[in-house]
Amino acid sequence: MKIAITAKGIGMDSEIDPRFGRCGYFVIIDTETMESESIVNGSAMASGGAGPQAAQAISKIGAKVIITGNVGPNAHQTLEAAGIEIITGSKGTVSEMVERYKKGELSSSDSPTVGSHAGMNK
Amino acid sequence: MKITVASGKGGTGKTTIAVNLAMSLENSMLIDCDVEGPNSHIFFKEPMVKLKDVSIPAPKFDLDTCTLCGKCADFCQYNAISIVGEKLLFFDELCHGCGGCKIICPVDAITEVEHIVGVIEKGGTADLPVYHGLLNISEPFGVPIINELKQFADDKKTTIFDSPPGTACPAVETMRDVDFCILVTEPTPFGLHDLTLTVDVIREIGTPFGVVVNRDGIGDDRVDRYCEKENIPLLAKISNDLEIARLYSNGIPMVKGLPKYRELFEEVFDKIKEMI
Repeated sequence: MKIAITAKGIGMDSEIDPRFGRCGYFVIIDTETMESESIVNGSAMASGGAGPQAAQAISKIGAKVIITGNVGPNAHQTLEAAGIEIITGSKGTVSEMVERYKKGELSSSDSPTVGSHAGMNK
Repeated sequence: MKITVASGKGGTGKTTIAVNLAMSLENSMLIDCDVEGPNSHIFFKEPMVKLKDVSIPAPKFDLDTCTLCGKCADFCQYNAISIVGEKLLFFDELCHGCGGCKIICPVDAITEVEHIVGVIEKGGTADLPVYHGLLNISEPFGVPIINELKQFADDKKTTIFDSPPGTACPAVETMRDVDFCILVTEPTPFGLHDLTLTVDVIREIGTPFGVVVNRDGIGDDRVDRYCEKENIPLLAKISNDLEIARLYSNGIPMVKGLPKYRELFEEVFDKIKEMI
């Protein structure tokens, strides 16, 4: 299964980016093979609607889980519609979060964790 | 003739200049395009009366016809439409009402409904009519109201447009398709900084322009030096006159209380006429 993690840089050692729609990169990990791929978040500089756009992008990639810091209302609605499990409150590196996810230590979030435009000023 | 009064920085005196210029001219009208906070009307006793609602077209999706092809979502520059899995989501607060999704839809699944974003009001006098727009609270985008406001400009009159501050879409819309633009600044580092941003924008737009320095006497001479270096005509300097502030705080424009300023604004207008 593919999971997506918001990151400040590329690769498994990269630090988690707490923003969803305006994160720098998505690290996509196949939890069976542990193969990973880092992709630039094309929505990071969107004038508006970064959250829904980023949610569509990771939905197209086929990710079933998103691990991030915070998710705003529009992004949450889009991710939920896409059937993507939302895990928020993440800290540390991508590989640390993957390990915690595989151990079943993370639980999903069923509501937005921040208001609109929370990722705009960071 | 159409003249826009603009400035990158807020609080430099756009409304002061616009109101006083309009009052100094024969056969003029004033259109306040700062739809997020119009205040030209406070210098007029007459109440503002609603003329019309302003609406933008919002898409309505026929989900039985929609094939979820995603062309509308790809097209939308504002990310107002998301298609994920088998679902279409529309975020109305992101929609700018451009109508592109309806045009791009290959199966005609989109119709348009009117979404009211604000109103246009009219006040002032028969000699000097005043129009302004009010963007509804929570609406993100005032340009459709500014576009409709501009339609009220009477070709037989000199129309003064009071622009919103800044250099974003609403200010650009107000600085476009006019004969001249007055850029108001104050002689401070902030004033100069935002003036240079506005000059970059207006040169791109192509509207002829000149500068009015307001509150002359505070700050320094860097605005003068900048204008000289950039060959920008300096139309007038209005001194940091306590008497202007005193009148202003009583809701009296300077040209009503101090006749010498009426002459100053008439001279500004003469200079503009020579330049266009």
